[in-house]
Amino acid sequence: MEATHFSLAGALSALEEGLISAVELTEAHLKAIEAVNPQINAFITVTAEAALAAARAADDRRAQGEAGPLNGIPLAIKDLFCTQGVRTTAGSRILGDFVPPYESTVTKNLLRDGAVFLGKANLDEFAMGSSNETSAFGGVQNPWRRRDNQGVALVPGGSSGGSAAAVAARLALGATATDTGGSIRQPAAFCGIVGIKPTYGRCSRWGIVAFASSLDQAGPIARTVEDSAILLRSMAGHDPKDSTSAEREVPDFAAACHRSVKGLRIGVPAEYRLDAMPAEIQALWDQGIAWLKAEGARIVPISLPHTKYALPTYYIVAPAEASSNLARYDGVRFGMRVPGEDLKDLYERTRAAGFGAEVKRRIMIGTYVLSAGYYDAYYVKAQQVRALIRRDFETAFADCDAILTPSTPSAAFASGDKQDDPIAMYLNDVFTVTANLSGLPAMSIPAGLDAQGLPLGLQVIGRGFDEETVFTVGAAIERAAGFSALPQVMA
Amino acid sequence: MTYVLDGATGPWEVVIGLEVHAQVTSESKLFSGAATAFGAEPNSQVSFVDAGFPGMLPVINAECVAQAVRTGAGLKAEINLWSRFDRKNYFYADLPQGYQISQFEFPIVGKGVLEIELADGTRKDIGITRLHLEQDAGKSLHDQHATKSYIDLNRSGVALMEIVSEPDMRSPEEAGAYLTKLRQILRYLGTCDGNMEQGSLRADVNVSVRKSGEEFRTRCEVKNVNSIRYVMQAVEAEAKRQIEVWEAGEKVTQETRLFDTTRGMTRSMRSKEDAHDYRYFPDPDLPPLVLDEGWVEELRAALPELPDARRARYVQDFGLSPYDAHVLVLEKETAAFYEEVAQGRDPKQAANWVMGDFFAALNRTGKAITESPVSAKNLGALLDLIADSTLSGKLAKEVFEAMVETGETPGAIVEARGLRQVTDTGAIEAAVDAMLAANADKVAQYHAGKATLFGFFVGQTMKSMQGRGNPALVNDVLKRKLGA
Repeated sequence: MEATHFSLAGALSALEEGLISAVELTEAHLKAIEAVNPQINAFITVTAEAALAAARAADDRRAQGEAGPLNGIPLAIKDLFCTQGVRTTAGSRILGDFVPPYESTVTKNLLRDGAVFLGKANLDEFAMGSSNETSAFGGVQNPWRRRDNQGVALVPGGSSGGSAAAVAARLALGATATDTGGSIRQPAAFCGIVGIKPTYGRCSRWGIVAFASSLDQAGPIARTVEDSAILLRSMAGHDPKDSTSAEREVPDFAAACHRSVKGLRIGVPAEYRLDAMPAEIQALWDQGIAWLKAEGARIVPISLPHTKYALPTYYIVAPAEASSNLARYDGVRFGMRVPGEDLKDLYERTRAAGFGAEVKRRIMIGTYVLSAGYYDAYYVKAQQVRALIRRDFETAFADCDAILTPSTPSAAFASGDKQDDPIAMYLNDVFTVTANLSGLPAMSIPAGLDAQGLPLGLQVIGRGFDEETVFTVGAAIERAAGFSALPQVMA
Repeated sequence: MTYVLDGATGPWEVVIGLEVHAQVTSESKLFSGAATAFGAEPNSQVSFVDAGFPGMLPVINAECVAQAVRTGAGLKAEINLWSRFDRKNYFYADLPQGYQISQFEFPIVGKGVLEIELADGTRKDIGITRLHLEQDAGKSLHDQHATKSYIDLNRSGVALMEIVSEPDMRSPEEAGAYLTKLRQILRYLGTCDGNMEQGSLRADVNVSVRKSGEEFRTRCEVKNVNSIRYVMQAVEAEAKRQIEVWEAGEKVTQETRLFDTTRGMTRSMRSKEDAHDYRYFPDPDLPPLVLDEGWVEELRAALPELPDARRARYVQDFGLSPYDAHVLVLEKETAAFYEEVAQGRDPKQAANWVMGDFFAALNRTGKAITESPVSAKNLGALLDLIADSTLSGKLAKEVFEAMVETGETPGAIVEARGLRQVTDTGAIEAAVDAMLAANADKVAQYHAGKATLFGFFVGQTMKSMQGRGNPALVNDVLKRKLGA
């Protein structure tokens, strides 16, 4: 078996049994990156030498009997996580050649457990986008191709497009990602792999370049539900450096993957049945319901009445916070600077040259909704609706243990398709933003292919800090779906 | 005795409210672990949080919260168990995050009151509107280079308490008294060092004028005034300017102004139209600040005695005059010094010494009480030597001067210089006998009726004893010998 085709759990066993070394595993992935990355552009920075050194150290630790839970596992790191001594771009020109003098808590946790970092994965600029086309370092190609036109490049989704494409194309066994409105789940769905956004507060945000602080949450992308469970366990944990980080024990998520869904109540929200939803999305959803029913779960119709306000609410809250979070990129202390006549001129030139169009659009929207005279009508109203959306879920979870929905309203689309239509682009997040607004854990699991042979995902939403049920339900879908299709572009 | 300014149209009343920014006394900053010491090398006390680096997050410093609660309790104000941090957004080179974390809508401390006392003894309550916690910005230095500005971020993120008063003050004197009293309380509480010249305490002065009985007219805010004297001057200058504007038939426009201390005038900084839109919103990096009621009560119970209570105690328990008590409690350090001297001794005598010879010595040597060469313990020991008749009052003053010069204990000085008072009756009798023998003519005149010579005999005896004779004993012996 090709070393790059292991599951993460499988690779851990192979390493433990001595069938392969961490150096061999890392070399195989670096070779794969060398071969495939020039085409798909999943990595912004590849740290080959550091990866090999880390792999050698991992092999030494294993020889000493000191192997951590991720010892020797090669991962891609979304370029939004600050990595000490390694350039961190957030997909933006404005960070220039910013090399953080510190390591984010999540990546530090992964290093503690023995992971090997292959490099920094591409993303939408400041994680703002659903197609990875806003990256200042070029778009990422989805490794999957349409049956009827293999020549058309598709987007991998976003903002964690590089992470998803790298894992799907077998360039990494797993990846870190972040999800503010669907940025883990939508690219996972588009690339035929698994991604989970855990409960807000489960993973520390310390050292992750902020987009929208009340919505941002880190999580893993991997090829199986169990692999994502193993990764999340290492990434998660309370961090006193993040005031919004939860003081909770991190459960053994992988164990939850092997539990039965028998007796679980699965909620199916009426409001997620969109008028214009493609038939095959509806069919996939019905199929998911049937699978869980067959496994002994009880299907419960539920109502989330404020769902239709979720997207507009999200597109007020997220830009508002972003407009403030991105004020620090001013050319004064770090990153890019374009000299100016005076301070104001320096700001204007630096930010005009440093930010891309989508980032500027959101800064303007955010500045507008926070302005005197508009604040009550937009920001305050959005917070009120957000509270109602949260209450919708609380009410629903009185009657069910997990909620099943489609992950996205469509399969991956072609590059350039929606670039000129921000609203169409924003609609990608219609099923995913509610989990961010409510802080709930949600996972996308590959569940089938559309008529063009492109992957489609199902989403499982759980109660706050009940990722275990999400893993249980996700694993059941994974088993039932038996998703085994492979992308066309692959190492 | 209402303070009014006379204009061409008659008398005007002045209305004043103060917003005081007080730097919280704490080891580290409001949201980072960086140090706060004054006068460090530029940019040597800056964490990545203070410099606004990507991915950095604020974590509230519990000690700064405790200091705000103590201050609120000291101002007899409501402590809000639920408060929230908001972001105040604006761009400036010394504001690394592009926003200041402050408390806009829900401050940690609500309404309180501060009693001021004026020179004529009248007392007045000034309302406190609120107190909130916020971060300080860094410092821009525009005068170091011809074309560049330098930025020092040492102050960036340091905790400030903004203490807002009601518009209850009606004269420069009241504004000065308010700021003086507030500073005194902060120093007693140990929550702000009150050093205005180092910028630890600065005031924004809101001033308007009106005719008696009117509603408030438009106010102007004079920013960043950094001494009590300047606050009083700024109030007067700004009030006079506004009176001129109104009396010229124009309108005062709401704006932010600066006080030019050399010219004694205020000048416009920016008008309301140019005011920033700060786009306040709740800081999503910080959950609401929720205080435990028991913790607040513990802090309240552990508050030190404040100046008003201490002054009342001095009058009631120590029998001091209200004026003496007032002077002794002005500074926390003075009161502590006095109490150590008075401990177990005559409190009035202690007060006389502290306020008399001791203050004079401090003035003369230009030293602060904390660096005084005479410790409270030594001054107390000196009073003990008077009480047990080792020293006369006159000798004690001599010993005290030696203490100021040398810093030694009074006991050591008395021994080394042989200044011990002579209470041995035999020695005194011998001295009196010798003196009377040497002045036989004066003795004859005395017996002939010139009684005023008694004082002369006392003086001569003391002189012959180098002033060490116990005055009472010398008197007794003389009276006996002269058969008076």
